[in-house]
Amino acid sequence: MADQTISIQSATAETPLVRLVLMAIAFLFLALFLFLPLVVVVSEAFRNGVGAWFQAILDPDALASIRLTLLVAAISVPLNMVFGVAAAWAIAKFEFRGKAFLITLIDLPFSVSPVISGLVYVLLFGSGSVLGPWLKGWGIEILFAVPGITLATIFVTFPFVARELIPLMQDQGSADEEAALSLGASGWQTFLHVTLPNIRWGLLYGVLLCNARAMGEFGAVSVVSGHIRGLTDTMPLHIEILYNEYNFAAAFAVASLLVGLALVTLVLKTAIERRYAD
Amino acid sequence: MDLGIQNVSKAFGATAALRDISLAIHAGELIALLGPSGSGKTTLLRLIAGLESPTAGQVFFGDEEASGKPIQQRQVGFVFQHYALFRHMTVLENVSFGLSVRPRESRPPKREIEMRAMDLINMVQLTGLERRYPAQLSGGQRQRVALARAMAIEPKVLLLDEPFGALDAQVRKDLRHWLREIHDRTGHTTVFVTHDQEEALELADRVVVMNEGQIEQVGSPDEVYDHPAAPFVHRFIGEASELPVHLGQGQIWLGGQPTGLASDQIGLALLFFRPHQIELVDDGSPCLVGKIIASRRMAGTRRLDLLVGSGGHHVEVDVPIDHPAGQQDMLTFRPKVWTLFPENEDEAGVRRKEAREARVVYPRNRSAGPLRQYEPSCS
Amino acid sequence: MTATVQSSRWHFREPGVIPGFRLTFGFAVCYLSLVILIPLSGLVWHSSNLGWDAFWALASDPRTIAALKISFGSAVLAALINTVFGLVVAWVLVRYRFPGRRIVDAVVDLPFALPTAVAGIALATLYAPNGMIGAWLADFGFKVAFTPAGIVVALVFIGLPFIVRTVQPVLEEVDREIEEAAATLGASRLDIVRRVLLPGLLPAILTGFAMAMARGIGEYGSVIFIAGNIPYVSEIAPLLIVIRLEEFNYAAATAVGVVMLSISFLMLLIINLIQAWSRGRFGHG
Repeated sequence: MADQTISIQSATAETPLVRLVLMAIAFLFLALFLFLPLVVVVSEAFRNGVGAWFQAILDPDALASIRLTLLVAAISVPLNMVFGVAAAWAIAKFEFRGKAFLITLIDLPFSVSPVISGLVYVLLFGSGSVLGPWLKGWGIEILFAVPGITLATIFVTFPFVARELIPLMQDQGSADEEAALSLGASGWQTFLHVTLPNIRWGLLYGVLLCNARAMGEFGAVSVVSGHIRGLTDTMPLHIEILYNEYNFAAAFAVASLLVGLALVTLVLKTAIERRYAD
Repeated sequence: MDLGIQNVSKAFGATAALRDISLAIHAGELIALLGPSGSGKTTLLRLIAGLESPTAGQVFFGDEEASGKPIQQRQVGFVFQHYALFRHMTVLENVSFGLSVRPRESRPPKREIEMRAMDLINMVQLTGLERRYPAQLSGGQRQRVALARAMAIEPKVLLLDEPFGALDAQVRKDLRHWLREIHDRTGHTTVFVTHDQEEALELADRVVVMNEGQIEQVGSPDEVYDHPAAPFVHRFIGEASELPVHLGQGQIWLGGQPTGLASDQIGLALLFFRPHQIELVDDGSPCLVGKIIASRRMAGTRRLDLLVGSGGHHVEVDVPIDHPAGQQDMLTFRPKVWTLFPENEDEAGVRRKEAREARVVYPRNRSAGPLRQYEPSCS
Repeated sequence: MTATVQSSRWHFREPGVIPGFRLTFGFAVCYLSLVILIPLSGLVWHSSNLGWDAFWALASDPRTIAALKISFGSAVLAALINTVFGLVVAWVLVRYRFPGRRIVDAVVDLPFALPTAVAGIALATLYAPNGMIGAWLADFGFKVAFTPAGIVVALVFIGLPFIVRTVQPVLEEVDREIEEAAATLGASRLDIVRRVLLPGLLPAILTGFAMAMARGIGEYGSVIFIAGNIPYVSEIAPLLIVIRLEEFNYAAATAVGVVMLSISFLMLLIINLIQAWSRGRFGHG
């Protein structure tokens, strides 16, 4: 009886020993590369106690960087959300020429180095460009100021919402919308009452990932920010400055806030995925 | 090779999928396991293959007890319902797979593997498609690849799980004939699972009718159709109308009225007959009287829905399409062929065990014998 | 007649009843052009202003070549490491049931959610000679942080989810019947994994590899803290762009940027080709 059970299992499953070894490898790898970095951030952040942590967070420059990060995310995430919904609507509900190409273009920022995302804006608005000095003449600063940081953030977080919604809305098809229209609803009513409830979890998911990236973006923002303390430093940039000044405890204190953001993102993401599955 | 299944039971957790099944399959036979979904037919097939192990009982391949044998060494050709083709392999690679994974000492040389695979591909009429991938084939073609792949390992038995389940009606018919031909040519012992009674009757040498984890009847297509051993079999195979009757005074009675059908039994019973096996009665002799509530055109006949007897029992009968009965309100008729089952046998599996033991109490009636007695008064 | 005339007429879009095409399509394309296409074409335009000779001189500068080699080499190495371990992680998550599986599954996405700068300082601290892992490795004579090995460590962190998340859904969809079919044909467990399962996962593995590599080549934030940034040794290409920009050497920055952008396009093309190939042959993406 015992050996026949094993023989049948071995056709579609590994022996317990192999299973154990594989699980051990996976866990060790994940612990080494994913879990330990988290532990380090938190332990370094509180190395000098909770008081020091608060002091680091409440530092005026740190607070300014938190404010700037929130501001940039508050501008770029809604813009990319509106774009994502519009692009997904156009792509999922209609057949038109060059659709595949459009989807590839939307994906483009994912495969471009963040530094290049910053570089293109430096070239576009820098002192050597046509646009930069002209705007400066009107008193508008783009580079090394909040607009530049926001633009670079929009660039790198551009695909997130569209990426979630396009396949979702393509799967759902247009039958619901056609039914609503046939019942006399206007286009806008159809979107609000039929489409939006159908895509709300996917939308939230995309917004969540978009926000995490927007608040955490480093490379692109670093190129366009100019690193002016208290003015153009976002949280990740402020971490870099503190770290390079060997002010490790303060750097990790600010970093621990971003770890919190990442963990909240993961928890919400898992919760949304469960809703999805139901 | 003979196959023996002895007192096999299989439970998945608390649910019993098979209850004490015994079955002998002879070498070269083509056997159908027929039953509704959940009847345990696929579980039985997987037990034979070694994809499941029995909770109790034994499976014999010839004289050899097989349950200790790993699936890889059983040499069963298994054709899965959804074919389970390896989609990253061409047709030729799929068919060659079984030979190419043999241990080095028994593995034929590469050229020979390819030749044998090509022979099989030719046999299943896929010549010219050997370089295609499964995604580039139609459903019927995939089915044939699956069959060729299973036969490449020179199986002792060929097992097919709903082999035509996922195909269009026409393809299904063609493949059915074709499978029969292949079986007759190669002579493999073959067991296939189906829920389609037509398929089972047309194709199999013997049909195993299963219900709720048990075997209801084993027999040739003629036997299971003409002599169903249980109400379930009668209902499941072919069409059935049924009436609760009582027996006495040498007759069958429905609600106190004589039916003109003879029986020397006594007591309550269920009368089964098939809609097309009736004769119309218009001479006033004892018969069944039904009120026609609906009339539908079937392919070659007219199907009437009737309410029969004082109890208003719903039955269906077939009359010729040009018969005036189609326009009437009432119909008088009598089954030409019928079967009686004791009433207590019908309580849908609740008392199936005792019903099984009581099965032989009533001899089955056929039109040839008793009915002839009434012919003079009827026609 | 009319039917043929109509169907042969060129349509930009198939007619339908749903409204809003002009609005959504127009907005999406304008926004895409303003935010992505115009800035990117500005980069190409700038480099074409340089002229071919000047561009080539800048792009073939030894320091640029060295930086590109380091970025490319470490991205390939990290993607290879991730392919092996990512496959194991995906396998364990799909095939085995154990307490806390959902948590482990969620943690795999951490590199997507954790800002790269945070990952960078955390990994640098861990792998520094006095760090938790670095001190232990130093006992064996290995130095990771502030060497090229540090770059690989950072890129392994960044790239892990790409492999796991592309392989996982495909592995979930593998029908148990496929493995059973192989077993009835006589294949051992090892044969089944090697000859049936892994080849079936190949398109997903290649896609994940290419995505992890593309991300690795361009990665900046997590690398600069741990790499040591020594020119010709551990200086990555994105960092070189930043350095050139800080020197106000826009021409050199542009040249490196264009080379990297070309690599990105190439990777994007490769990923699309892998998917088209796999769809055409196996009927799935």
